[in-house]
Amino acid sequence: MTVKPTDTALRSQEEITARVKALEALLIEKGVMTTAAVDRLAEVYENEVGPQLGAKVVARAWTDPAFKERLLADASAACRELGVGGLQGEEMVAVENTDTVHHVIVCTLCSCYPWPVLGLPPNWYKAPPFRARIVREPRTVLAEDFDFPVPDSVEIRVWDSSSELRYWVLPQRPAGSEHLSEDELAALVTRDSMIGVGAPRPVGAAA
Amino acid sequence: MNGVFDLGGTDGLGKVDNDHMSEPVFRADWEKRAFSMFAQSARAGLFNVDQFRHGIEKMEPGEYLISNYYEHWAHSVEHYAAAAGMLDPAELEARTTYYLENPDAPLPQRETDTEIVEFVDWAVTNGFPAHRESDKVAQFSVGDEVVISSESPYGHTRRARYIRGRRGVISAAHGTYLYPDTAGNGLGDCPEHLYTVRFEATELWGAEYADPNGANYFDVWEPYLTLVPATQGV
Repeated sequence: MTVKPTDTALRSQEEITARVKALEALLIEKGVMTTAAVDRLAEVYENEVGPQLGAKVVARAWTDPAFKERLLADASAACRELGVGGLQGEEMVAVENTDTVHHVIVCTLCSCYPWPVLGLPPNWYKAPPFRARIVREPRTVLAEDFDFPVPDSVEIRVWDSSSELRYWVLPQRPAGSEHLSEDELAALVTRDSMIGVGAPRPVGAAA
Repeated sequence: MNGVFDLGGTDGLGKVDNDHMSEPVFRADWEKRAFSMFAQSARAGLFNVDQFRHGIEKMEPGEYLISNYYEHWAHSVEHYAAAAGMLDPAELEARTTYYLENPDAPLPQRETDTEIVEFVDWAVTNGFPAHRESDKVAQFSVGDEVVISSESPYGHTRRARYIRGRRGVISAAHGTYLYPDTAGNGLGDCPEHLYTVRFEATELWGAEYADPNGANYFDVWEPYLTLVPATQGV
């Protein structure tokens, strides 16, 4: 039998599917849910809201110093200028990487994440190993689990999203990118670089 | 409450599964459906976001650690729907068995209700800000050295164990926000001042064990804090 990505030691995907379907059926009958609303929400986070929006904001900050200043002062307001914002990003805080400081985000208590700029969190972000270890041994986790070594000379700041403030990282602009347009810069910005577990793509790398 | 969901600093959980460049947003159709239950159930008044989190925290701990993330969400929806008398656990079991034996059986239809789809679009765009106006005067300021309460409340709280009893310095003050220690326990918004506290990694883990050159930032509400007098330790 093939192991499916959502199988666990507890339940097969077929069992989970049946239980969630039963729950949905009962909630539809009680007037709580509709399948049209399920489909609409799934469509929003599969196709509309995702890290391409955060990348657009980062590229603007890299090219427009006044915008960057506004972003670091009030990320939610700055993002609204670009039509970016909403659920789970009502109050966002962007933290800027520099030559001497590197930021990484986590939510150790659940899995809070800035949806409007990054979409829904990746599976590893929600899983126990990342939530447990990134606060205690961030340098080791970044180097060994993400192949992203950060030199000891660079301070690592770990932001635990325990309130409704949603932190995310403004990565450093890649070297040699002076000639690139804003759209070309946005193509270099990865989701992982805005979580702080990776770098933007180097100039010349295909998106 | 003290539980396995409070994972910060837990050892022995293994490596991060970093097949992280390729995973889809949803790995199965049931994940989409469980995901979207949150917003619709909140709209129906089953819970607020802090209560929703607390529903997850109350899962059986062994199950919490080895189940899928969106199963946690479905569990919390189940918990509150049952508490509201909207769902009979025996009926859920019977319906689960039915769908297990008839996986292609359709869901009930209720597509005349367009209001929920409109709500979903509104919520995605506008969200639900947690900032609350209050005339409470802030007791602390940026730069103050504070110590986090070591109390262990039984209900929902955001006092993670790894910061309890630790000293840090306030790096930002944000004004008043709804208080999860009341909101998550059905006791109202009760706004409190919210601060970001910076902890040196050595303060949290000890000089021998802390990663070199690091700090942790954690948001705390005023009732979690006590001022460390400037003269102490001099």
